[in-house]
Amino acid sequence: MASDKSDPLRKYVYRGDPLAEPPPPELSAIFTRHRGAPDALITVLEDIQRQYGYLGQNHLQYLARQLNFPLARVYGVVTFYNLFRLDPPGKHQIRVCRGTACHVNHSAAILSHLENALGIGVDETTPDGEFTLQTVACVGACSLAPVLVVDEHTYGRMTPDAAWRTLTALDEREAAA
Amino acid sequence: MNTITINGQAIAFATGATVLETALAHDIDIPRLCYHPALKPSGGCRLCLVEVAGRPGPAPSCGLLCADGMAVQTESERLTAMRRDIIDLFVSDHPMTCAACEKDGACDLQRYARRYGIEQTSFDFELSRTLRQDDNPFFVRDHQYCILCGKCVRVCDEIVGRNAIDYSGRGFHSHIATPFDGLMIDSSCVFCSSCVQVCPTVSLLPKARVSIGAGEELTRTRTICGYCGVGCALEFVLKDGKLVNAQGYAGAPVNDEFLCVKGRSGWDFISSPERLTQPLLRRDLAFQLGITSEPWSLPDTSPLKSRKPEEHFIPVSWETALDIAAQKLAHVITAHGPDAVAGLSSARCSNEENYLFQKFMRAGIGTNNVDHCARLCHASTVTGLGAAFGSGAMTNTIRGLRDGDCILITGSNTAESHPVISYEVVRAVKSGASLIVIDPRRTPMVDHARLWLQPTPGTDIYVYLAMMHVILRQGWEDRAFIEQRTEGFADFAALLEAYTPEMASLHSGVPAEQIESAARIYALGERQNEEMMRLGDDEITSAGHSPNLSISQSPNLPSSRGASSILYAMGITQRSNGTDLVKTLANLSMLCGQIGKPSTGVNPLRGQVNVQGACDLGALPDVLPGYQPVTDDAKRQAVAQVWGLDDLPGENGLTVVEMTHAAIAGKIRAMVVMGENPMLSDPNLSHVEEGLRSLEFLMAQEIFLSETAQLAHVVLPGAASLEKDGSFTNTERRVQLFQPVLAAPGDARADWQIVGALAAKLDEKLGRTDSPVRWRFDSTAEILEEAARCAPIYGGMRHARLAGEGLIWPCPTVEHPGTPILHTERFSRGLGKFHPIAAQLPAEMPDADYPLILSTGRILYHYHTGTQTRRAEGLDWREPRAFVEIHPQDAAAVALVDGGPVVLHSRRGQVRTQARITNRVPAGSIFLAFHWREAPANLLTHDFALDPLAKIPEYKVSAVRLENPSRRR
Repeated sequence: MASDKSDPLRKYVYRGDPLAEPPPPELSAIFTRHRGAPDALITVLEDIQRQYGYLGQNHLQYLARQLNFPLARVYGVVTFYNLFRLDPPGKHQIRVCRGTACHVNHSAAILSHLENALGIGVDETTPDGEFTLQTVACVGACSLAPVLVVDEHTYGRMTPDAAWRTLTALDEREAAA
Repeated sequence: MNTITINGQAIAFATGATVLETALAHDIDIPRLCYHPALKPSGGCRLCLVEVAGRPGPAPSCGLLCADGMAVQTESERLTAMRRDIIDLFVSDHPMTCAACEKDGACDLQRYARRYGIEQTSFDFELSRTLRQDDNPFFVRDHQYCILCGKCVRVCDEIVGRNAIDYSGRGFHSHIATPFDGLMIDSSCVFCSSCVQVCPTVSLLPKARVSIGAGEELTRTRTICGYCGVGCALEFVLKDGKLVNAQGYAGAPVNDEFLCVKGRSGWDFISSPERLTQPLLRRDLAFQLGITSEPWSLPDTSPLKSRKPEEHFIPVSWETALDIAAQKLAHVITAHGPDAVAGLSSARCSNEENYLFQKFMRAGIGTNNVDHCARLCHASTVTGLGAAFGSGAMTNTIRGLRDGDCILITGSNTAESHPVISYEVVRAVKSGASLIVIDPRRTPMVDHARLWLQPTPGTDIYVYLAMMHVILRQGWEDRAFIEQRTEGFADFAALLEAYTPEMASLHSGVPAEQIESAARIYALGERQNEEMMRLGDDEITSAGHSPNLSISQSPNLPSSRGASSILYAMGITQRSNGTDLVKTLANLSMLCGQIGKPSTGVNPLRGQVNVQGACDLGALPDVLPGYQPVTDDAKRQAVAQVWGLDDLPGENGLTVVEMTHAAIAGKIRAMVVMGENPMLSDPNLSHVEEGLRSLEFLMAQEIFLSETAQLAHVVLPGAASLEKDGSFTNTERRVQLFQPVLAAPGDARADWQIVGALAAKLDEKLGRTDSPVRWRFDSTAEILEEAARCAPIYGGMRHARLAGEGLIWPCPTVEHPGTPILHTERFSRGLGKFHPIAAQLPAEMPDADYPLILSTGRILYHYHTGTQTRRAEGLDWREPRAFVEIHPQDAAAVALVDGGPVVLHSRRGQVRTQARITNRVPAGSIFLAFHWREAPANLLTHDFALDPLAKIPEYKVSAVRLENPSRRR
């Protein structure tokens, strides 16, 4: 943003208009689809997240200016719903199921092991951008509990160690490919 | 008959009133935390629950409409238990450290907690919000005290229209946040502190009140804000005789309790060490008079660049200063006649001071050469509306705006120049009124507009003419009004035939379809409909066009029109055809009968706190107090008699810009300037400096050593509006009293005392020992009483009557209640007059050498020449330096960098400043405010093409070119 967070009380310094350039075409296309529909905010946000994987600050700034929504309200809606994320996701999305069946099969231990091993908390991304750790309430695979979902793959009957091995195997598989 | 029973008491209610409003109006207290009378009910806190007979459960009274026969109980055991639980829950997330709190005694939560006997919460929760954000000089946001009532969010949305904050997160993570939880300065916040004003707890606290304590050691004084012409009432909080902060108070007549950033936080200048505290004498004059022994001469350095101007002066006593000033003036009068003297009065001084100043010029010196900065802002309003209606002022009230159906804003940056009036417009829009903005520049009001017409600067006249063409073609005019109330219609209408929307579109660049939509919405007072309530950037301009009412269909006049009003300001008046433009707007209103009724009219928004009053009381070269022409023998002699004289000079005097020209020509030899700064505010500053330097004698009454005062021979220290009393007349003609809040610094005196003393001294020097003219008054009340005898429109104005809401002129007698709406039964001049006006382009159009148009204006955080605002810490923090707005296309042509330097050239001069590249301005047009001493816009503006009647300079259109200094070599 325009000001220096380290010294908020320093006098205003103009740093240029962050939206000086027109929005990228794929973003413009989303706005065009929803122009003039004041009740479409959530749909617009879903479309942007589908496009980019997350909702970037400048995406939302463009949205506010182009569709004439107050930016503070947009931010309010984004932070209200769990499904929206403001940071780019990691290359791999790891979801630890915390549904009832997985819970009684010790998924909490899997989660805390991954948190420690990756050095991040839930809804955070590793500094190298590899992994984003999330929880999910149930994926409907209770017979395989406890379950770990990595990207589009579901891994059943997990243990903390098995979960970690699954993640490290991802790297090897990529290296091989 | 609509009757509701509250606690057994039968109460009549107005249709649409809520139970809570009705109860409060009858002193029945219902506890409430999220309710505010100016905001729409949100029903969030659930404290205002009441029992309604026939309903199983309680209902929130803030959102419950009264119904005939409804029976309500505001207290019951069940309600008490529920309220106690609610307070308990609030308190569970709010530290009850009341004794150490700045809001102790003024906190709503504390009051209810005490009422319901809750000292500590019975819940064992940890505080869910702990953030304390101290990121700006205006207020601190301490989230642990926040109760999420949302009043701050709603005031920012519904009144201020900025939406800087909103609820963020969910459940225990809910909090009030700026976008991305960023700094206030990175949000759309305008720091008006309206959120602070409505916060029920200490969660939002003015920075100046942190650690200052609460209660008895603070005193409060109510007065009128000294900035713009809106005339907001405000309350100053003092501790040990020092200013702590300013705030609004509920029930103020103009502004409710809301203020803008300048009124709230623009007062540091008052205690600046640079304030003048004693009379000053320039050292060359001091040497000439034998007061000093060192020869000295005024350096050639422009006052715009001088570094230590105070070294040009020595302090002297009041006696000496007044004696020298009177002697010098007497000498010029004796040697060259009274018309060799000119005076500039001040729109920042009171009615009493302006009255006395023009009396001094006319009866003391003996000339009509008296003018003030109204010449530079609304002179064309006075001439234009005077000719059309007979009265050159806002026809309707500020408060009436919120009830209108359509508001047309043209040539007014309302949100930045008259912020509190923009609040009324926002309120109207939020309740469904249509806003049309006509402006080349994207001002903040465009965010709320149903229709934004963006003409090329200087071509808007085509838009108005074409709108009227369309109105006549479609039969949307008000025939009955035209026939009964106006004259000159036929000639006017004949001229409109040529101005088709297509032709106007060609000249102005505004699509014909938009002109047609604007014509329809304004003429019929058409409200927005639902799908128009929220439109995007690209659609704002075209969405007003509704196919159902398209022009080709038969004229279909609805049975009743909505109320449409016009707001305008400098974008109309500061033009070489300003008078014509004003008359055109008057034509438009009369054509549609949109005048003389509530929420309609033609409403010039006047710039300075008392520019209306300074005009009313005759600080103009052609009229005496009350707009009585100096050339009218009977009226002039009547005023002379009030002053104890037989007659007064009967020829029109010189206007502001003409004074400069006359000074250079040697016709004006002495000037008296009271609280004006022409050396920064007038067009073509090099010319102004030449004029002021060529004077034999220049005297300035000032609170700072302004650029103008630096050239003066004698400088007299004045008191600021917070240090004296008197009356101001705001833009809606409301005369209000202001009160001293502080003592003036050092030997500074109120301007009325200075003028009175100087005038008496001049009589002495001229040997007029038995002059019947009264100069010495014991109070401002006495001065206004005399003024009332001169000016019939002020005939009933007395200080004793002005307490509270003030009085709106015309107020001819002491029994008269004032006149909020002008021209209701008849126009001031009898019939309203249509003037046939043809389109005309600005005097200096862009050409190959100077291809761009410069418009000057103001920004929100500063005021005029910046003598006050640039000395206010918060305002200076937010906008510390000059900048010019340039369209990306024009910037690219000379490869400018956003935020980098640029040099602007005109035929008059050049200015270097910072370039801000933005599409707020259209291509081909740049915008520079005139606040900046380091980048004076008026070095560039021209003074050769004054409006022929109003003599106003064309600040809005000067031809300029850009230069990229980094490419110079």
